[in-house]
Amino acid sequence: MLQRFHLPLLILLLCGASLGLFVHKVHGLGFPLLPAQTTDSWIVEARISFEPTGGPVTARVFVPGEPRHLVLLDEHFISRGYGLTTDQAGDNREAVWTTRQPSGRQTLYYRATVAQLERERQGSVVPYPGPVNLPDLEEPYRSAAEAVVQRVRERSADITSFATVLIRDMNNTLDENMALFVSRNHTDRDRVQTAVQLLAGARIPARMVHGIPLTDRARDLQPQVWLEVHNTREWVAINPNTGAVGYPPNFLVWWHGDQDPVRLQRARNPQISFAVTRNIQDAVDVAQQRAELMDSRAVDFSLFGLPIQTQNMYRVLLLVPVGAMIIVLLRNVIGVQTFGTFMPILIALSFRETQLLGGVILFTLIVSLGLAIRFYLERLKLLLVPRLAAVVMVVIMLMLMLSILSHNLGIEHGLAIALFPIVILAMTIERMSLVWEEHGPADAIRQGIGSLAVAVVGYLVMINPYIEHLFFVFPELLLIVLAMTLLLGRYTGYRLSELLRFRALRGHP
Amino acid sequence: MKWFISPKALRRRGVVGMNQRNAQFIAELNPRRNYPLVDDKLLTKKLALDAGIAVPELYGVIETNHDIRNLARIVGEHDDFVIKPAHGSGGNGIVVILGRLQGQFRKASGQIIDQAGMAHHVSNILSGMYSLGGRPDKAMIEYRVHFHPMFEGISFQGVPDIRTVVYKGYPVMAMVRLPTRDSDGKANLHQGAVGAGIDMASGCTTRGVWRHQIIDLHPDTGMPIGGLHIPGWDRLLVLAAECFELTGLGYLGVDLVLDRDRGPLILELNARPGLAVQLANDSGLGQRIALIDAAIGKNGQPTAPASARAAFAQARFR
Repeated sequence: MLQRFHLPLLILLLCGASLGLFVHKVHGLGFPLLPAQTTDSWIVEARISFEPTGGPVTARVFVPGEPRHLVLLDEHFISRGYGLTTDQAGDNREAVWTTRQPSGRQTLYYRATVAQLERERQGSVVPYPGPVNLPDLEEPYRSAAEAVVQRVRERSADITSFATVLIRDMNNTLDENMALFVSRNHTDRDRVQTAVQLLAGARIPARMVHGIPLTDRARDLQPQVWLEVHNTREWVAINPNTGAVGYPPNFLVWWHGDQDPVRLQRARNPQISFAVTRNIQDAVDVAQQRAELMDSRAVDFSLFGLPIQTQNMYRVLLLVPVGAMIIVLLRNVIGVQTFGTFMPILIALSFRETQLLGGVILFTLIVSLGLAIRFYLERLKLLLVPRLAAVVMVVIMLMLMLSILSHNLGIEHGLAIALFPIVILAMTIERMSLVWEEHGPADAIRQGIGSLAVAVVGYLVMINPYIEHLFFVFPELLLIVLAMTLLLGRYTGYRLSELLRFRALRGHP
Repeated sequence: MKWFISPKALRRRGVVGMNQRNAQFIAELNPRRNYPLVDDKLLTKKLALDAGIAVPELYGVIETNHDIRNLARIVGEHDDFVIKPAHGSGGNGIVVILGRLQGQFRKASGQIIDQAGMAHHVSNILSGMYSLGGRPDKAMIEYRVHFHPMFEGISFQGVPDIRTVVYKGYPVMAMVRLPTRDSDGKANLHQGAVGAGIDMASGCTTRGVWRHQIIDLHPDTGMPIGGLHIPGWDRLLVLAAECFELTGLGYLGVDLVLDRDRGPLILELNARPGLAVQLANDSGLGQRIALIDAAIGKNGQPTAPASARAAFAQARFR
């Protein structure tokens, strides 16, 4: 029983492990399925400046915490001669710069690289703070606020829609009660402040939010003000102008509350301005950094940590298993005859350097010339190993000649010829000449063409940038290749070529 | 006229494919440690002699390049002889000398070869040119089989032999392999020899297959291939069956020759016999193998003596 299910189980296990990791990397970490994919990321910079008034200065500046749809890939705090700590201040994250003896106008920078998250961040749900106390208003505001709340409540279903309706009413001040609270020259900030107050009249917790829209390229941005209400489960963003729910895409929340972003001790005239630059980054890099931030173990074992040279080697090496599986397929299922088991794959690898047409021509040229030399050497009656060595030498000299010739003719393909595996070529020539003598030229040429055809198929698969990318970024896919090969290892059905070979048996039923 | 046969039809006819042969017969029934017994023809010869099975007489062995100078002494007064690699496969590297001609030798192909040419050939054999994996090899010089006159009209040069596939000690299927001009005197079907099916019960040839086509006449001589009775067929099947005990290989190819003077001789054994025998017999191995498995159990070992197994084959396989 165990014997019978051993292999299927193993195959299932390999496929499962491979696909599991693969799906995690694609969906969880956002590794790209296609090569040369890029992801938007933004570099956001806050420039803070102030004038010290003498004595040690402390500057407290809000910085982005954990935005829900975005991820901070990278942060830099740029300041000279300042000590820096970051800590949590209420809902916000705060950078505290301190210095003892500043002189002249001071400038500090905060710079972050931000990218989108594939999925919304989980787990950072803020607990419901509970219903807020009623605001302490004077008449006539008190009864006006009650009337406003009453009117809005009539037309809303829940907390979120209450906020939406309220914002719409505020922007559409036909109601005389509302007119008490809203005036035409109110800024967004005033409007949100009013909204928070009115929402408090309905005992709904609300807060002001300041954020930066991540656009293509912008300088001297002022933070936008948004409203957030807590619907007892989470904070919901409300557009203070339209009442629409949710942040626009790529909105970086910087801080909550209506405090100033910069608070100073022994300094004055704070100024803060924001700049955004869009940055197109390789999707793989972004996924990498994202995975590191999310503490995923998947990237600890990725190839990207290796030195570039080693990486490049593995780019090619990881294709060899694919080629090997193709050989299995072509030999055991199709039934193509080749010289040597894996010789065609090595030839295919060298085709990567010479290009297909050039490679096929050069291969054919060298093998036929080598074959001719080999037949001549046969007449000298040499021992096997010296003869093989002689063939290797002749092959190298042939390559040299072809390279020089093609260079002089201005064909650069000829130069890549040196990447052909010389010893493999020599062995091919030797084996081909044996088959030629023993089985006749027909067999030799058939096997030669078979080898070349397998090499071409292998090359076409291995040159495919998608396949190269897939196996490099997701080396776990090799487990599937292994599983497929194991499966093929148990294939006892007919080869395609046998349907031809046994056709003489067709006659009788 | 279709140019292929559907896998369904092949399966219905019980045809065994390469993959099935490799996975289910060779991998499962042929223990690897027993391979040297058949891959080394010298060892096979010794085993056969010990078991009292007739083989072509060995004149001498050349093991090193230094010994090549002994070639003339080994050949001695023999006018005809065969040089073959001890680890050769597929009939490669075999030189058949038919006679002498003014100090030189005449090959079966009609070409003339001199002493130096022969020495070079032996040297090639020693360096492993014809052995599996290119390992250094030994050269054997042995008796040249004078084939039985019944094959006179239906073989072109070379020696016709009888290939019997033996499954778990039971002869399953057999064919006569007839050299042709195409095959250069060799008896390998993929090199162009004719394969003629043999009726297991009677030992009569049925029809031939040559390069994927069914033929009734020898392509070179034009003589009919079918209907010939192989003399001593019963004895021959027992000989083939006995080779199972000799080697312990459950899927075995036994190559026998019929010598004019010495009767059936074991020429060589093969641990990876090909599947062309099915074409020659117009029948698949599958059904016969199923019969054997039914008789002795799927994982069973044969308990009956070789003669009984040969009789089983004659009675059941047709």
